[in-house]
Amino acid sequence: MTALIGHSAILLAFALSLWGIAAPLLLNGTGNEFFRSSARLSILGQLAFVTLAASALIYALVNTDFSIQYVAMNTTRATPIYYRVTGLWGALEGSLMLWEWLLIIFSGLVAWIYKERQRETMPWVLMIFSIVSAFFLGVLAFASDPFQTVSPVPADGRGLNPLLEDANMMSHPPLLYTGFVGLTVPYAFAMAALIVGKADEEWIVTTRRWTITAWFFLTMGNLVGAWWSYHVLGWGGYWAWDPVENAAFMPWLPATAFLHSVQVQERRRMLKVWNLSLIMVAFSLTIFGTFLTRSGVLSSIHAFSNGPVGKIFLVFLAVILIASFGLLAYRADLLKGQPQLDSMVSRESTFLLNNVLLVSALFTIFLGTIFPLLAEAVTGRPVSVGAPYFNAATVPIFLALVFLMAIGPMIAWRRASLDNIKRNFLWPAVASLAIAIAVLILGVRDFLPLLGVTVCAFVVATILFDTALALRARRRLARENIFSALVTLARRNQRRYGGLVVHLGIVLIALGILGSMSYSVERQATLGRGETLEVGNYKIRLIALRAIEEPTHYRVEGVFDVTRGGRDIGELAPALKFFPNQQSPVGRAVHRSTFGEDLYLILSGFSELQNNRATLKVLVRPLVVWIWLGGGVIVLGTLIAIMPARKRQAVAVSSAELEEVA
Amino acid sequence: MPIRRLILTLAVILSLVALLAYGFFRDPRYIPSPLVGKPAPNFSLQLYSGEKVELSALRGKVVFINFWASWCPPCIAEAKEMEAAWRKLKDQNVVFIGVEIQDTEANGRAFVKEFDITYLMGNDPTGKIPIDYGVWGIPESFFVDPDGRIVYKHVGAIDPELLVAKTAEAHQRIMTAKEGKGEYQSIR
Repeated sequence: MTALIGHSAILLAFALSLWGIAAPLLLNGTGNEFFRSSARLSILGQLAFVTLAASALIYALVNTDFSIQYVAMNTTRATPIYYRVTGLWGALEGSLMLWEWLLIIFSGLVAWIYKERQRETMPWVLMIFSIVSAFFLGVLAFASDPFQTVSPVPADGRGLNPLLEDANMMSHPPLLYTGFVGLTVPYAFAMAALIVGKADEEWIVTTRRWTITAWFFLTMGNLVGAWWSYHVLGWGGYWAWDPVENAAFMPWLPATAFLHSVQVQERRRMLKVWNLSLIMVAFSLTIFGTFLTRSGVLSSIHAFSNGPVGKIFLVFLAVILIASFGLLAYRADLLKGQPQLDSMVSRESTFLLNNVLLVSALFTIFLGTIFPLLAEAVTGRPVSVGAPYFNAATVPIFLALVFLMAIGPMIAWRRASLDNIKRNFLWPAVASLAIAIAVLILGVRDFLPLLGVTVCAFVVATILFDTALALRARRRLARENIFSALVTLARRNQRRYGGLVVHLGIVLIALGILGSMSYSVERQATLGRGETLEVGNYKIRLIALRAIEEPTHYRVEGVFDVTRGGRDIGELAPALKFFPNQQSPVGRAVHRSTFGEDLYLILSGFSELQNNRATLKVLVRPLVVWIWLGGGVIVLGTLIAIMPARKRQAVAVSSAELEEVA
Repeated sequence: MPIRRLILTLAVILSLVALLAYGFFRDPRYIPSPLVGKPAPNFSLQLYSGEKVELSALRGKVVFINFWASWCPPCIAEAKEMEAAWRKLKDQNVVFIGVEIQDTEANGRAFVKEFDITYLMGNDPTGKIPIDYGVWGIPESFFVDPDGRIVYKHVGAIDPELLVAKTAEAHQRIMTAKEGKGEYQSIR
């Protein structure tokens, strides 16, 4: 029954999506207003039916309705209720369902918010949504049906992949999908603007908050994925440059470039074609990512099921690329005649450079990801591309980008005077040099970390310096205390200060990556009971091996007593979990974090026969915590940037004055 | 309508899509065997018959080396056909060697008896030979040409037609870089 309801709802939603594609075309042909409202109603109808279908699937998962194959594959009777719900994105069919659901929720929000506005473009925006939705619904209805039934009904299900039984798995895929789906909004507005031939700044201004929101979810999705990899997968790392990771990360790069370059278009009406291209690339990459993940054309440590879906996604990707860039080329005449750069030393040029670097990073990662394919196509011999290539090729680019975070927000538009440069950068440069010397004295002698710390310090210094100047001006004019002056400042220029806080978050992440990349220590040893392994300041002594029977698995723990610099910091117990339906054990690493470094213990093996011996891998990774803290700071910054604006007060310093002071 | 720009755009997109589509026609996990084209590592094997065979003494002949175990289902499946192929080929300057690995000699002898195998068979109790040949699972087979070079590696059960064809190629010293694949049993 549930399967019937779910499948019918998908079919009905699919039919509505086709109507949603046809209606704007008919409106354009006949001018009949009926088609305008039906484009909107089609979206709302799809929303209702897709919500029904998703609810049916969740209902089936929660009630362990094993007559549905997807439920049988992804839950068991013993699965706790929250992992039954997260089973919705535990495998391909459910993930697509979740994607479609999020997509149609975003579409519904757009249809609702812009009900009375954007009369000319809105039908086309909704048509783009309906096209994307129709694609996903078509896949769900005909190629990858989450409501496929099984007969006879199995007594119990197979259950989720044990690696997915983790709290972060509740958030990582939905965050990432929300980011992917969020990019559909600016893409749809961009396409609609091209279709009606209104290639001005309106679509950018309209979608500004949507774009920031999508960017935010993409960032969080990637960070939570890294965090999951770090604390669940138990290899001591958070990023492996695996094709599937790259697929999730790649859309972030053009999306970030887009966030910056649209400001140039808003202010200076430049980069029209560039901005349209960026958002098209970003959106295409979300589809490309799914293609890569689900087609199995590249070897990945992430084992995903293959099926016809990969081929269907490739066809859709081709359609999107051809339609988008074909339309762009067709409308190229409309987009001509933009102002030229006034000076190479200006905010526009800095943003342009930022874009060039981000796109270079994207190209580098894209090339590395598909290189095995390219190499085999050309030479007949596959080549595998690993972390060394990606690190060597992207670290300089990312370091340069961090440096630009110091310049971009502070340098003047159009043409920066020498005075402007001196005022904004002289003291921060002095401060960061002082920090560099201090770090050098503290014992950091390697070039890359030294350069990285200096660049990061420079960014922080420019931000603090600029904010301090603005605060002083504000307090002089409005006689506020520091705190309320800071709040007013942020509220008056949310985008600027939100952006600066996000930059601080990125700096923290950069420091975390730099520290853990450059100064990790790794040791492995087999210990008998009472024996000690020394790594850095740490002494790790094996106390006991113990076995525990858990509801779904059998767990072997090594209990270690850990001291740091002679001080006892307690017991740590990394484990190996043996699941009955898994051939190899699943590791459960443990780590102890401080602001300075993480101690990370992995139990790699044990022996009952030889007197309770345990093989232990120990990693000491400096500054990893800063990556996660940076994520928190980005949340704060994004919230500042997208908070609904307050009405302006009558007595206030104008933002122009403030900018003058800054 | 800027037709040139449109054509350029299409060309870029279509070549990218073609490259990605090409991915469906290859196996991303396939790695070419670095042994192909290299001299076959020498070994001497104590045969069940009591004699010893030395690979280097077989220069001038095509040698087919098959790593197997009595507990491995694909080995059992291919045993009869391999023997049939041997009987067909044995007058053509060819030697077949079955190297039993990860198994006891008693099991091996029983296996030889059950399938009435007449080519050279012996147990490698040290496990050194499969290490030299980079054997990962069972069965795996190697073809050595008359000059003593490995010309083809096959992973998993090999069907008799392919066996005959590859033996003929080995006579002509034709190399195949790509590994063959059949039904496979990983190491127990």
